[in-house]
Amino acid sequence: MPDLKADSSQLVEIRGLSKSFPGVKALDSVNFTLRRGEIHALMGENGAGKSTLIKVLTGLHKKDKGSIKVDGLDFESSSPMDASSKGISTVYQEINLVPNLSVAENIFIGRQPMKFGMVDWKLMNQKAKEALKKLDIDIDVTIQLSQYSIAIQQMIAIARSLDIKAKILILDEPTSSLDLAECEQLFSIMNKLKEEGMGIIFITHFLDQVYQNSDYITVLRNGSFVGEYPIKELPKLKLISKMLGKEITDINELNNKIHRDYYHNDKKMFVKMEGIERKGVLSRFDMDIREGEVLGLVGLLGSGRTEMAKILFGIDKHTSGYININGNLVNIKSPRDAISHSLAFCPEDRKTEGIIPDLTVRENIVLALQAKNGILHGLKRKEQEDITSKFIKLLQIKVSGLEQMAGTLSGGNQQKLILARWLAMNPKLLILDEPTRGIDIGAKSEIEKLINKMSEDNMSVLFISSELDEVIRCCSRAAILKDRKKIGELYGEKLTENTIMNYIAKDGYEL
Amino acid sequence: MKPLLKNADKNLLYPLLALSAILLFNLFFTDGFFSIQIKNGHLFGSLIDILNRGAPVMLITIGMTLVYATGGVDLSVGAIMAISGALSAQLIRPDYIKGIIEYGNTTSLFIVLSIPLLISIILGLWNGFLVAFIGVQPIIATLILMTAGRGIAQLITHGLIIVFEHESFQFIGSGFLFGIPFPIILVILLTFITWLLTRKTSIGLFIEAIGANPLASHYMGIKVKMMKTLTYGFSGFCAGLAGIIVCSDIQAADANNAGLFLELDAIASVIIGGTINGGRFSLAGSIIGALIIQALSTTIITRGIPPQVVLVFKAFIIIIVALIQSEKLRAQLKDLLKRGRK
Repeated sequence: MPDLKADSSQLVEIRGLSKSFPGVKALDSVNFTLRRGEIHALMGENGAGKSTLIKVLTGLHKKDKGSIKVDGLDFESSSPMDASSKGISTVYQEINLVPNLSVAENIFIGRQPMKFGMVDWKLMNQKAKEALKKLDIDIDVTIQLSQYSIAIQQMIAIARSLDIKAKILILDEPTSSLDLAECEQLFSIMNKLKEEGMGIIFITHFLDQVYQNSDYITVLRNGSFVGEYPIKELPKLKLISKMLGKEITDINELNNKIHRDYYHNDKKMFVKMEGIERKGVLSRFDMDIREGEVLGLVGLLGSGRTEMAKILFGIDKHTSGYININGNLVNIKSPRDAISHSLAFCPEDRKTEGIIPDLTVRENIVLALQAKNGILHGLKRKEQEDITSKFIKLLQIKVSGLEQMAGTLSGGNQQKLILARWLAMNPKLLILDEPTRGIDIGAKSEIEKLINKMSEDNMSVLFISSELDEVIRCCSRAAILKDRKKIGELYGEKLTENTIMNYIAKDGYEL
Repeated sequence: MKPLLKNADKNLLYPLLALSAILLFNLFFTDGFFSIQIKNGHLFGSLIDILNRGAPVMLITIGMTLVYATGGVDLSVGAIMAISGALSAQLIRPDYIKGIIEYGNTTSLFIVLSIPLLISIILGLWNGFLVAFIGVQPIIATLILMTAGRGIAQLITHGLIIVFEHESFQFIGSGFLFGIPFPIILVILLTFITWLLTRKTSIGLFIEAIGANPLASHYMGIKVKMMKTLTYGFSGFCAGLAGIIVCSDIQAADANNAGLFLELDAIASVIIGGTINGGRFSLAGSIIGALIIQALSTTIITRGIPPQVVLVFKAFIIIIVALIQSEKLRAQLKDLLKRGRK
């Protein structure tokens, strides 16, 4: 264990912190140190205890044991509000701002500048503008927050925490919805804040971003403290092995996964989309998917990938064009129609579009199947349990029981739950929209393996991902999108990270 | 570790405690509260009375539970009760509003029942259509009918209180079957049928899924709009039936007062019964909730307390049960006790 002596520059000092939930030991004697002017990455798989640690620190949960010191003083926070008034500010993965208030209101909520006992709107808007200026953002602060992109919203959340003079900034998966340029903007802000002496706790699944920005890494695994390391002493591979608790050779195996570089010309055509267009959203495009093919959809954030999937699945209507399935012209007007043609869709936003948190694991898995069977042909309880158990085992979903509430699962397990739901339907085409977002490396590689296996079983997969290496590992062919337009396809040897990026940069003209 | 009570039973614990507390109070302070007599082969007593008087609220509570579970609310049930009662009375005595006191031909029971029920279902479906297909907020959509419904009922009765006699129709509200008041039988039947429909088919699960996450439900191929609409239709049916019971019991259609404020009792029953948000619902809990409210009213009246006070007591009970059901509060209370011991 590294030397963890008390130091005057220490902002946060957590020692022997434990926290249990019914049936789970979420944190077991965890140490964590944050110094002034550093970016400290908190790493670990899903369920490692990162979120719990943050939640205890910010007062969302009460600790069972251990000490938390902030600025050398014993620290206890009764709520996130309390924590933020004491200088600890958190920007969550899911942004915790109020979407239907204005930007300025969001920044100053609860502490609006007053004049004669009334809110001084002019001053507030002006101050909000200044606060954002510091982050090089120039936007109209009187407009509703929801009008802005997730990236901007995140910056606004940061601006808010800066304005309340936070000493400690916690960024929980801040980059998962940002594109490359937006990430860079965020990182430059982070580094600026760091130079001003702020301590930043950075939680992310993107290893490159950790190495690009952090000074220290603390690794947690299954609620236990693995260690704290200066960034230079922990190469990437070592970090992965510490997070997974696996030997490095295993991971190498993951990286050398099957790279299929052939085009399934011999396979039967399954879906053929011709001249599909949704006015104002997506320009006219053709696309086909063969049986057993894993087709990637790549492009930057907002390039139209999700929109394409939603048209195919009947969530959004296309204004022109035809969809053929198995050579027959079909009319897909709703997800229900799509399901009847053996399509399945794992949405990007699993929280609002995927899981039903208040229902149990079993209910979440059998729901789509039940919906397809209809009201009168309900599955018997025993059948439901068999199906649930089968997929829990197949996908290695970590649950305490079939009747656990789905909302209490970790992100990766929720994702697997949604996969299980659709696999139980035995679909012919599975649309996966960012299936590995916000989940850990272990679960990621399991999902990749699963995609491979499904394709061997002749299931087609439409795979949407922002992570190019993932697309290249899983897909035999990829459609490239840019600015809501399909600009081309790459397959075989031409499908590399380099070519994709070049393709996007040069609009597909030159390779 | 196996939990002592299953999740569903645990949620029933607190409403049952509240009901027991009211009954226990009566055991000590109200003479003969628990005595049940048999007169002419019919059961009589305070307990039977609570069940019988509570029947209309229990019926609309059943429909309200399902609507509530989809994430909605139905404010129009009281007004639908008035409409269905008015229709029944009007069908029995069509000439009354013209000032003709004599009855014409006796209207068949089938007509007197089926037309009001059918209209009630249609009104419920209208609510559902507004909510599911037009996208009106449930509280606003049903407020429309809540406001207009009573006016419609008055149009039907021309502002009169239609009194009538119709032997077979009166049986519904005041008859006895196997010694038990017929409204109680209807409640038991409807509860059982609803339980079968929701728990023995996938309907209950779909309703819960829709209430908890409508978007995800839509993506799974559940017919969200259709299910919602039907739920409101069912609520309309329940209200129609309740309206018929009230009308048949008092042998009159009073468009002004029939079912007045009962929608609020039904909502309170659902909440007391543990269905607090859209999603998970408990039919048994709601029925117990309705019983709590009725037992409370009966207790207060038999104690000789002015009936106006009933409303205050009701509010009090709602607050208490809602507080008890808050897990957060329970945890805090436990915490306080622990600290107190230290």
